[in-house]
Amino acid sequence: MKIEIITPDRNIYSGEVRSVRVPGRKGSFQVLKDHAPIISTLEAGPVIMADEQGNELRYDITGGVIEVKKNRIILLADSVLQG
Amino acid sequence: MANLKAIRVRLSSVKSTRQITSAMKMVAAAKLRKAQDSIVQLRPYADKLNEIRAGLSAALRDTEIENIYAERKKGTGRVLLVVITSNKGLCGAFNANVIREARHIMAEKYGEQMRRGDLALMTVGKKAADTFKKLKYNIMADHSDLYTALTFDRVAAVADRLMELYLSREYDTIELIYNQFKNAAVQKLTRETYLPVTMETDAGEKSAPADYIYEPDQVSIISELIPKTLRIQLYKAVLDSFAAEQGARMTAMHQATDNATELIRDLTLQYNKARQAAITNQLLEVVSGAEALNG
Repeated sequence: MKIEIITPDRNIYSGEVRSVRVPGRKGSFQVLKDHAPIISTLEAGPVIMADEQGNELRYDITGGVIEVKKNRIILLADSVLQG
Repeated sequence: MANLKAIRVRLSSVKSTRQITSAMKMVAAAKLRKAQDSIVQLRPYADKLNEIRAGLSAALRDTEIENIYAERKKGTGRVLLVVITSNKGLCGAFNANVIREARHIMAEKYGEQMRRGDLALMTVGKKAADTFKKLKYNIMADHSDLYTALTFDRVAAVADRLMELYLSREYDTIELIYNQFKNAAVQKLTRETYLPVTMETDAGEKSAPADYIYEPDQVSIISELIPKTLRIQLYKAVLDSFAAEQGARMTAMHQATDNATELIRDLTLQYNKARQAAITNQLLEVVSGAEALNG
């Protein structure tokens, strides 16, 4: 799956991932390959991804929106906390 | 014939002015590149956000949404104008255009509100703030300090303030006036309604919006997206104005440098002519003096 994490200031991450866990408005949920199309607003919390090699990547966002469609994920984050 | 010394002094002053204007042009060009980068960075985010919102609006076409940002039927009629200029001058008619448009709007479209005192200004940029302060207009807030560090978070805070002012019924209409960035040489004076929000529903919607799962649900998503798009809209306006300012300054300083070069050429010519004339004069004096002695 291809994912893009974008904030208004910059492009945070774009690349291939195996799974993504995001802090959805109705609770955290995970997106795997061939997930049904979904649009969800996100709360403040961690976005945890596993890349092709199985390495874990983590970004803490302050809120946003996610769109998943045909193994293409676009995550619009309000801002990403550093560190 | 002009005084040699006077020309020399003038020449050196014009030369140093040219040095300054050409340095300012370089600085503006560097800042312009940075400002353009920010706009390019913002574009994918803004486009995607608008796409999602347009898709949702299309899906919700038939349902009447409770939209607190929509137009109010009964209100106070108070108007807030957000005037975006620059902090610094030396950029041609950049600021004058915005200020003229703002005054024009206040006199024509909002003349009635103006008389009732139902019109206030929010200024971004010292140029507008100073001008309107001098003219004793009602300035409710000044955010010129945004330019010291132009980040999304800081602009978003101002956008939140504007939404708050609208929701608390302090103002019924909020408009933006700013220079839109077209390219380095062209700025487009723009006036747009910030609030109330008009829901544009794309009639020719291509992607079937119905096949998405919406979480929590369409209406709450869209009401959460509206403030986001409003923050983006203001951020874009400020970025546009900043890039346009750098472009205008670059053009103005380029023009000034060219004029200085021209002036230097004329002055140098004049100086050399005067110098030659002086030499010829002296030669003549020496020759005629010698002649007189020999005679």
